[in-house]
Amino acid sequence: MTTSELPSAVRRRDGVAVIDLVGDVNRGAEAALETAWAEATALPTDAVVLNFEDAGYINSTGIALIVGLLAKARARSLPIRAFGLTPHYREIFEITRLADFLDINPDEDSAVRGAERSAT
Amino acid sequence: MTTLTGSFRRRFLGRSAVGEKTSRDDAGLVAVPQDDLDPVDIAPNDPLLAYLQSATGAVDVEALELDSPALASLKAAGVKLAVPLVSQGELIGVLHLGPRRSEQDYSTDDKKLLENLAAQAAPALRVGQLVREQQAEAVTRERFQQELEVAKLIQQNFLPKVLPDLPGWQVAAFYKPAREVGGDFYDVIPLPDGQVGFVVGDVTDKGVPAALVMAATRSVLRASAQRLVEPGVVLERINEHLCPDMPEKMFVTCLYGVLEPETGRFRFANAGHDLPYVKTADGSVELRARGMPLGLMTGMVYEEKETVLAPGDSLLLHSDGVVEAHDPHGEMFGFPRLKEAVARYPGGRELIDRVLTDLRAHTGPDAEQEDDITMVTLSRSPGPARTSNGSPPANRQLVEFEVPSAEGNERIALQRVSDIVAPLGLGDARLKRLETAVGEATMNAMEHGNGYREDLSVTVRVLTEDDLVRVQITDHGGAPSSDRSTEVPDIEAKLAGLQRPRGWGLFLIKNMVDEAHETNDDHLHTLELVMHRKGDDDDDK
Repeated sequence: MTTSELPSAVRRRDGVAVIDLVGDVNRGAEAALETAWAEATALPTDAVVLNFEDAGYINSTGIALIVGLLAKARARSLPIRAFGLTPHYREIFEITRLADFLDINPDEDSAVRGAERSAT
Repeated sequence: MTTLTGSFRRRFLGRSAVGEKTSRDDAGLVAVPQDDLDPVDIAPNDPLLAYLQSATGAVDVEALELDSPALASLKAAGVKLAVPLVSQGELIGVLHLGPRRSEQDYSTDDKKLLENLAAQAAPALRVGQLVREQQAEAVTRERFQQELEVAKLIQQNFLPKVLPDLPGWQVAAFYKPAREVGGDFYDVIPLPDGQVGFVVGDVTDKGVPAALVMAATRSVLRASAQRLVEPGVVLERINEHLCPDMPEKMFVTCLYGVLEPETGRFRFANAGHDLPYVKTADGSVELRARGMPLGLMTGMVYEEKETVLAPGDSLLLHSDGVVEAHDPHGEMFGFPRLKEAVARYPGGRELIDRVLTDLRAHTGPDAEQEDDITMVTLSRSPGPARTSNGSPPANRQLVEFEVPSAEGNERIALQRVSDIVAPLGLGDARLKRLETAVGEATMNAMEHGNGYREDLSVTVRVLTEDDLVRVQITDHGGAPSSDRSTEVPDIEAKLAGLQRPRGWGLFLIKNMVDEAHETNDDHLHTLELVMHRKGDDDDDK
């Protein structure tokens, strides 16, 4: 079995960059995530929102990639929010304490609104 | 004279209506000989029909004025007099006559004589009609019966003559066609490497068409099963073969599974067929896999699942003739009753016999069987599995398989373990945690133990005890190496650049399962994951 590269898209909504993660978040997703991050932060943005609604399997390498994004965001004092996580991955985000450093929201609207609030 | 019953009601045959000599020939009561008059059709809505039905005696055709195409035809044919033939209030024919030879009009006496003749002829004619109808029905019945015999012959010829003798397994089957012969079938197919394919299916419709589709399905399945390994791919192939020529409104439901007798591994795919049940130590379990019936549309994909039939387990494949049998009040036997029967009764032949007894009690002993009934059972002998040296293992092993060390292959391992463990009663949340732990452990084994060398496999074993599941993941790493990080990941240290971003694997594993143990020898390294079937924390996340 080979890993497929995670296709992702970056949208802008109300001053916030939303990265849609589609597929597995594992080693194969590294390049796509780098590209998406660069695109998301190329223009001024109040926050970055990670959309996990269409994400599949997330392994420990995927967790490490997200930690990498958090480190980059922290260096720029840029908030990161997330939505669309299944209960299982939400539990993993809590166990690893990722949830302490990115705000997990139930849906896109609340993620974007939260980001707007934190920017004001 | 023409009869007017059944499907012939609309047609008057002029040739038999005229030209027959009678004893009154001398008196001139003879129609003009016109033996070759064309038949006259009377449409069902032609007013002539209603008029003749209500007429009290002979009708003077020439004097009759109706907006009737049939009347015009009769006049054109030279018919002068029409005498209705009525039996038990039903118009069954008309006697019609041309002009008298004397060229005189028919007298009142002539008409009375004809009316008397019609009154006596009509019952006799009716008897003749009934005899002809019965003869036609008998021919139809005989043809139908012959069709049923052909359908039965086709079906019976395509059912297995003998069932395989598998050491450690018992296979039993029951098939009883309904009177009208539906499209049930089953098959047991020897496959390469000692594997055995099991099939049960049902073609919609009945009789010869269903039997022919069944025969085609079975033939394609047998041919495909020898060449293709995965049950889902076999069903895809059959679907592509059937679709182009499938008669309208017909389709086939089919369950196909492949058994590895050595391990009890049973891989299966389902094309819209009733779900099979497995009798396990914990009760009866449905085997679910998604897929559309065969022959409906091309390009269908059939989900493939697998389970392990442990010693003492018994699998029941069945057709809808079981669950859809009705009692005298119209209530179906239903899936819950069958599921309960599988849990309550012993497996194998006895399960079939007990279900049939329950079925008879449900429908009533004299009820006619509504649909074909098919049941196939596959039972694994009870008792612990034996290791290679003949001693019983401490745990009951459900499966052992190998995964080549290639990036992404942890998905294969976690999916197979999940399929095997799912029927054992772990809650969804605990099953997801076990999946993640297996994935991470396999990834560690491939990377740190085998160095992602594709010639080195990771071995995965799944064992079960009373209330827990053990998954052992073995690589060729031997003694623990420094590559297997024991550093406890700290996200704040990682964000501060004091730890590398990776290193979450072992941490996740230990947090996902109830216990994790490592063992080593000179050549192999094994990580054992232990998960209790029930946990206080289950499904609370």
